[in-house]
Amino acid sequence: VTNELQFRDPVLARSLAATLARLMDEIGRPVAVMHVCGSHEQAIARFGLRSLFPKSLDVIMGPGCPVCVTDVPEVDEGVVLARQGVRVATFGDMLRVPGTVQSLADAQASGATIDIVYSPQQAAEIARNTDEEVVLFASGFETTAVATAAVILNDPPPNFSVLSAHKYIPPVMEIVAEMPGSRVEGFLAAGHAATITGSAVFEPFVARHKVPVVVAGFEPIDILAGLVELLDLIRHGTPRVVNMFPRCVTAEGNLAAQKQLWRVFESTGGRWRGIAHVPNGNLRLRDEFAHIDARKRFTIDLPSLWDYAPPALAGQCICGEIMSGIRNPNDCRLFNRECVPENPVGACMVSNEGTCKIWHLYGGVPDLEATA
Amino acid sequence: MTTTMQSTTGRITLKQGGGGRAMRSLIERLFVRDFATLPFDGVGIAAMDDGAAMRIGDDWLVITTDSHVIHPIFFPGGDIGRLSICGTVNDLAMMGATNVLALTCSVILEEGFALESLEAIQRSMIAACREANAPVVTGDTKVMGRRELDGIVINTCGIGLTRTLVRDNGLSAGDRIIVTGNIAEHGLAVMAARHSIGIEGDLVSDVAPMNSLIASVLDMLPDAVTAMKDPTRGGVSSALHEMASKSGVGIVLDERAVPVTAAVRAVGELLGIDPLHVANEGKALIGVRADRAHDVLQLLRAHPLGRNAAIIGTCTTERLGSVILDTGFGKRLLAEPEGEPLPRIC
Repeated sequence: VTNELQFRDPVLARSLAATLARLMDEIGRPVAVMHVCGSHEQAIARFGLRSLFPKSLDVIMGPGCPVCVTDVPEVDEGVVLARQGVRVATFGDMLRVPGTVQSLADAQASGATIDIVYSPQQAAEIARNTDEEVVLFASGFETTAVATAAVILNDPPPNFSVLSAHKYIPPVMEIVAEMPGSRVEGFLAAGHAATITGSAVFEPFVARHKVPVVVAGFEPIDILAGLVELLDLIRHGTPRVVNMFPRCVTAEGNLAAQKQLWRVFESTGGRWRGIAHVPNGNLRLRDEFAHIDARKRFTIDLPSLWDYAPPALAGQCICGEIMSGIRNPNDCRLFNRECVPENPVGACMVSNEGTCKIWHLYGGVPDLEATA
Repeated sequence: MTTTMQSTTGRITLKQGGGGRAMRSLIERLFVRDFATLPFDGVGIAAMDDGAAMRIGDDWLVITTDSHVIHPIFFPGGDIGRLSICGTVNDLAMMGATNVLALTCSVILEEGFALESLEAIQRSMIAACREANAPVVTGDTKVMGRRELDGIVINTCGIGLTRTLVRDNGLSAGDRIIVTGNIAEHGLAVMAARHSIGIEGDLVSDVAPMNSLIASVLDMLPDAVTAMKDPTRGGVSSALHEMASKSGVGIVLDERAVPVTAAVRAVGELLGIDPLHVANEGKALIGVRADRAHDVLQLLRAHPLGRNAAIIGTCTTERLGSVILDTGFGKRLLAEPEGEPLPRIC
């Protein structure tokens, strides 16, 4: 009676798990696949799905947390703007992400004005109701960038500007696929991002790397069915893009949203925290919108930050390796000891999409049977 | 415990009143350690149970006290007055003292508090006393200056007698865990009211005195019950962790067996809050011997407050002190809440 949702049917889940086991037997060797979305990790941890996965199948969380991959200098830019007296609006997840010496929360504690917003629209509303300069510190993947673009195109007030830390997922998959020693043989792509980009956006990637991509939703059955499809493609050696989330995703995606996205933003290379320099992985405002681009509107005096000593524990943080899928939170000596959500050392413990925060939230042990 | 200590910076935080690990470690360090050295013959402060108990002839005298602060003071399904009576009656009941001998009531008011509100609170206290068959026999009233206090604080103290003393540390491997009804209704109703989430119609606090419900079991099957606790702040998760760790067992919780209404499930998913972490004010977790579990369940379901009672877990010898959540898909550890998902809900 308690499982009204067909996508949460444990009986179906067990039969999919049996199929996974059979496929792994047929493949006959260990396989690693990667998902690139915090919401996938959330569902996997929340429902304890890892205990259903065959032991020889490694499902790795990749760089799927936009807050976590926001680079330190980007956080610093926000902190400096706030300390310069500009009002900075940002999403709650961003507040406690450590920069070189301070987070936005630290800046707030020392007197800066930071507004927590739930949408880019809300930041524009704040600007409409004040004479102060309001900067939206905009983080997020293409799903959120679309919302930022819509605000920029919708006649924002003159005191509103955007500090874009938006990232674009498809290029980072190339980076991960090309990492030396990468074991990743297939990708589970995020269903919600694909509603915007369409599943066809992954075709060039698959053609280049001969690695299958399956677009999947976020309920337990979505994820298990996505993995079955992915293993089937791996077993047959037929790398293709398969859309397993057709109730929301089409091949071409949301064309109107894409048009707005690329009208406002262009892709450019940039660092993803802990990962690498990602060619075309960042979204910056086109020159046409220079007047709304905080980087062009303000002189951001980054060196003014460096008078402070950096936090001591940060050197031991392995967020980068966790986000690249090389290690997991239990490999980190700070995890659940010095590094907890109330007192995070690395970005992965701050955001609700971060691997460390998710593992902490759901008991800190991803697969109970493996560790019993 | 070390992680919670080092994040405290010489000031009390709201988290330390949230009913989770942070609160327990504060109480242990500050109050229990020294008070427990004073001579006392009975179940005292070191037990950190719902109350204390001492022998009086063949009976146990149980004593408990509770201070109540809540925002908003009027919420769907109750108010601070009803809460202050039920909270103390329930703490007594959780130790088996379902027959309440007497309650005290101490009220601290902020200057400017509306008399009309105070009268409404008093009316609901009287109504709750009648439901619980519990007399308030003495009290105290103080008024503090504006902004020296947030509206109203009510403290109640209760005493009761029982033949059958029930502790929160009596679980053994094999025992079943029963919850007496739908969970998370109080906490989510208060949260929805506080943040004006427009779904209040379906969300009503469960605040109610449980002594007659508990008596219906203890009077008939006094030997079937091995442990009891009411999952208030910190919710079912916090209470089960405490019972597991004090009893030296692990608890496997069957998530799909836990009774949750559609409204609670929907609001929980919307706010990203796990109902297992949310406060209840009219529910009990009862540890029962496996061979009597169904008898206890029948007795509970025959009572109006226990109609949705369910067997939700089993005690094991694995992972002592932990709660293992069986989601129906797989098993994982249930995290013990550090503090309340949102502060001050009871």
